[in-house]
Amino acid sequence: MNTDEILKNIKDAFVSDVIDILKKSETRVIISIKPSSLLQIAEYVFKKLEFRFIIATANHTKKGFEILYHFSKDEIGLIANLHVVLPVEKPEIESLSNMFSATNWIEREMHELYGIVFKNHPEPKKLISEGNWAEGVYPYRREFK
Amino acid sequence: MVKKTLIPIGPYHPLQEEPELFKLYCEGEIVKDIKWETGYNHRGIEQLSEKKTYDQSFFLVERICGICSTSHPFAFANAVEEICNIEITNRAKYIRTIIAELERVHSHLLWVGLAGHFLGYNTVFMWAWKYREPVLDLFEMISGNRNSYAMFKVGGVRRDIENNKIPQILDVLSLVKKKTDMLVGAVMDDPVIHARTKGVGILTKQDIIDFAAVGPTARASGVAIDVRKDDPYAAYPLVNWKVITAQAGDVFAKAEVRLLEMYESISIIEQCLEGLKKEKEGEINVKVKDIPEGWGTGHAEAPRGEVFHYVLSDGSNSPARHKIRAPSYTNIATFKKSCIGQTISDATISLAAVDPCYCCTERMAVAYDSKTGNKIMNGNELIALSAQKTQNIKNQI
Repeated sequence: MNTDEILKNIKDAFVSDVIDILKKSETRVIISIKPSSLLQIAEYVFKKLEFRFIIATANHTKKGFEILYHFSKDEIGLIANLHVVLPVEKPEIESLSNMFSATNWIEREMHELYGIVFKNHPEPKKLISEGNWAEGVYPYRREFK
Repeated sequence: MVKKTLIPIGPYHPLQEEPELFKLYCEGEIVKDIKWETGYNHRGIEQLSEKKTYDQSFFLVERICGICSTSHPFAFANAVEEICNIEITNRAKYIRTIIAELERVHSHLLWVGLAGHFLGYNTVFMWAWKYREPVLDLFEMISGNRNSYAMFKVGGVRRDIENNKIPQILDVLSLVKKKTDMLVGAVMDDPVIHARTKGVGILTKQDIIDFAAVGPTARASGVAIDVRKDDPYAAYPLVNWKVITAQAGDVFAKAEVRLLEMYESISIIEQCLEGLKKEKEGEINVKVKDIPEGWGTGHAEAPRGEVFHYVLSDGSNSPARHKIRAPSYTNIATFKKSCIGQTISDATISLAAVDPCYCCTERMAVAYDSKTGNKIMNGNELIALSAQKTQNIKNQI
């Protein structure tokens, strides 16, 4: 399966949930999706299309909290990024850690650094700041004028 | 009710000399549960990188890991060059590949030595570290440093490997090859090592997919992923080599993969040195004017697995967001699978089998409260906290 076929499959399976697809090159794509559909699309990408989860990147921008879930299809060297934007007032999204263990740490890390809430996380304790961190301080949040 | 005992390894690892804490919950000799505590060594690298220029960030990311210090600049260079959409010269590609593969050789030698030390087989430790030295000497000759070579930059490399240095590199390679034969013989045929490592710390293919483990850890369980082959970069598509895999998933398989990979690395370096002779000396740079707006994802195969860098550029001279994922970040999490159900004596080598690099995994610091500007912790408070944590652990035991 090549990049175009993969993108078409995702688009066809989730017509109303995929907002935009940006194909930068044959091996780099960003798929913008609705936050509410993350669990279904990630399951499709991980289980059906057999992508490997690399890591997730959170970023605080003027749009809100943006998360990129980086997935890799190693057979063709493709890195597909699932992109969601969460509102600053209520940054909540479904946790993927019940589906596979690889997101367990990074979701906890994103919670500690940005204050993003991952719902139904199987192990919602602190990862890096246990015991020596002020509550409610999220160091990677930015201030915009 | 069976009595559970808590055995702590850490907060300062007695052998790997890095800060982390494993809590092994044991019933008798058997490990029933494992918990991992981190956060002892936050350094703020992701955020620091946003305050530095791209050129400075190379020196910063080089310091994430002391052993595989080229893998991070390699992935960062791949990401930034993807943003600029530039192709570096062939000579620079060869030099980058040579540096990365020499590093793999010395890193694998270091691991084999440490693994021997963990098992109480100190002869392997002495041998492996002895023959790692000439490789470090090569780095000193090429870059002036035994480690943190400062060779990479956007658009190429900082220093050339002049053609008159090639014979010396080949000499060291033939020595290392001969000594690798010896190590392979010492490790692969030794009945004691077989007894200590076969069937120990097994990770199945499903575990690897579940935890998204990478590098030799994945390849030892039959998952043939290698960024150098899957998403080729630098000179890897220009040379012949093969991905080494094993099926068993135990500690022995991981040792086997690493030892055999050293032969592949040596072969890659030899081919790159041949390639170097055909390219004109000094052509190691492509001029890069500005880093445009955009994003880039770069990855590179470090000795421990895939290093991943995501760089977001807003068109200024420093990254707007820089995400770093070291291979140990996913590999260390597999301990939950590999250690539970084992005896305590096997747990230490199972923990060491993924070649964990704790400092790679940590990259954040908070010394000041962002709102009030007050110090959250001072030195004495940290010492008091450390003493208190040790006391808590003692109480639990």
